[in-house]
Amino acid sequence: MKLARDTWLIFQRQLNLLLRNPVWVFVGVFQPVMYLLLFAPLLKPALGAPTQAEAYKIFVPGLLVLLAIFGGLFQGFGLIAELRAGVIERSRVTPISRLALLLGRSLRDVVSLIVQAVIITLLALLFDLRVFIGDLLLAYLMLALIALMTSAVSYGVALKVKSEDALAPLMNTVAQPVLLLSGILLPLAFAPGWLQGVAKWNPFSWAVDGTRALFNGDIGNDRVWQGLTIITVLAAAGVYWAARQFARSVR
Amino acid sequence: MIETRGLRKSFRSRAGRETKTVEAVRGVDLNVPAGEIFGFLGPNGAGKTTTLRMLATLIEPDGGQATIAGADLLTNPGEVRRRIGYVAQGGSTWDESTGREELVLQARMYGISKAEAQRRATRALEAFQLSEFADRKCKTYSGGQRRRVEIALGIIHEPKIVFLDEPTTGLDPQSRAHMWDEIRRLRADGMTVFITTHYLDEADALCDRIAIMDHGEVVAEGTPADLKREISGDVVQVGLDVTATGEAEKLLDGEEYVNRLELLDEGGLRLFVDEGATAIPRILRRIDSAGLDLRSIELHRPSLDDVFLTKTGRSLRES
Repeated sequence: MKLARDTWLIFQRQLNLLLRNPVWVFVGVFQPVMYLLLFAPLLKPALGAPTQAEAYKIFVPGLLVLLAIFGGLFQGFGLIAELRAGVIERSRVTPISRLALLLGRSLRDVVSLIVQAVIITLLALLFDLRVFIGDLLLAYLMLALIALMTSAVSYGVALKVKSEDALAPLMNTVAQPVLLLSGILLPLAFAPGWLQGVAKWNPFSWAVDGTRALFNGDIGNDRVWQGLTIITVLAAAGVYWAARQFARSVR
Repeated sequence: MIETRGLRKSFRSRAGRETKTVEAVRGVDLNVPAGEIFGFLGPNGAGKTTTLRMLATLIEPDGGQATIAGADLLTNPGEVRRRIGYVAQGGSTWDESTGREELVLQARMYGISKAEAQRRATRALEAFQLSEFADRKCKTYSGGQRRRVEIALGIIHEPKIVFLDEPTTGLDPQSRAHMWDEIRRLRADGMTVFITTHYLDEADALCDRIAIMDHGEVVAEGTPADLKREISGDVVQVGLDVTATGEAEKLLDGEEYVNRLELLDEGGLRLFVDEGATAIPRILRRIDSAGLDLRSIELHRPSLDDVFLTKTGRSLRES
């Protein structure tokens, strides 16, 4: 199976390079941990949650989705550096699968996200968060799909714009409304009706709701399968589009 | 080994609101036999790299045909990729990887097994005298070492043809001479080598045949010796004061043995004559009798720059 072999080849290479520089683990985890330690304590009184554990059930899933969205969207920067070094062009003259050039990189991003998510979850356990392992694994699947989509889109955009200067504002402009309209920091249940109406069109808001339901042990909630379906479809579309950018001529 | 007919490519570029189409390559016909070092010579912006990138499957031609190592470029680029190697001008190694890692990865991207890829990497490192640095990161390499890794990457899968885009640009003279030896070694191994260059001496010394490209077209093709022979005769360069140059021009322009004459910026003249040995005494007599001060006189066999000048009306050095 050529695609699987080629993907594994690129994945290994990218993971090796990442592990060579383990600072990323700290950099990646630092911000969410800060949120966990410095922001989450405000939530119990603010949300009127009966216990701190209840507040974490609402906040941690949102935090993990945030991590998946942002972690993915900014992967394109690394690709621009590779583009400039000529590594992408060197790959493109070989018969390696174009889809594998994308998937190998995106799967590396998914793995690094899951590692970060596990660290955050373990920390939250110290704060009395409790979640069933089956629900948690399904929530991780949701996170993995989100990261796959956002990193693929980021790579595709990076290949199109080819410069960090263009990529940074573009990604920030996309990420901010997506973040605010997904109820990540506070549930949209508090939002006025018009805001809830707009948020319905944000696929990430469905993903956040689904992930929250899973952390709440409510696996039968419609939002779980709806969120997973929406994100799966978008991830497939994102991967398809980004792989085409790898196949296209890049100057 | 490479045959192209009417290969074309234009780019749309946007300057402000206007889009304009730049015809980078306007119909290139090439015929490169196996086992040669074929040089693609021309000034920057002549379309050399665009042509090369088309032949290496990196950009799709707008029109024309090409067969490369027996595979059709337009209908079967995948097969072309398996049969060629390509070394880009701007480098292709990653700072944080070692030379050995890059070579193994490259071999494996061509579908070669892990064990075989490792064997080939070791062999390539020895052949390019890189064993000593094999396990250091690429960012620690000198320019010449890094270029050698990149050439090794281009041939790790033993292609029939390797394309080298300006392989010696930016190298010091010693690394450059070293690189020429490496390129000749590739030919000795039976590979067809296609290089682009804007160095005349490189094209002259290294290439079996060259094509001169200007404004997206091939303006001349042949062996360096043939091309130079085409411009019959010799070049006599006369060094004079800038003030005396005008008068000397008047004196010599009408002489029947002078085919063509050019002014030099630094003062003096270039005279294209049939036979240098008989022309020089006559030139000397003319200048002497007019009482002009002669600074120097040199006799040249025509160079590739003269070929370029004749074909394009410009000197390659100026462009």
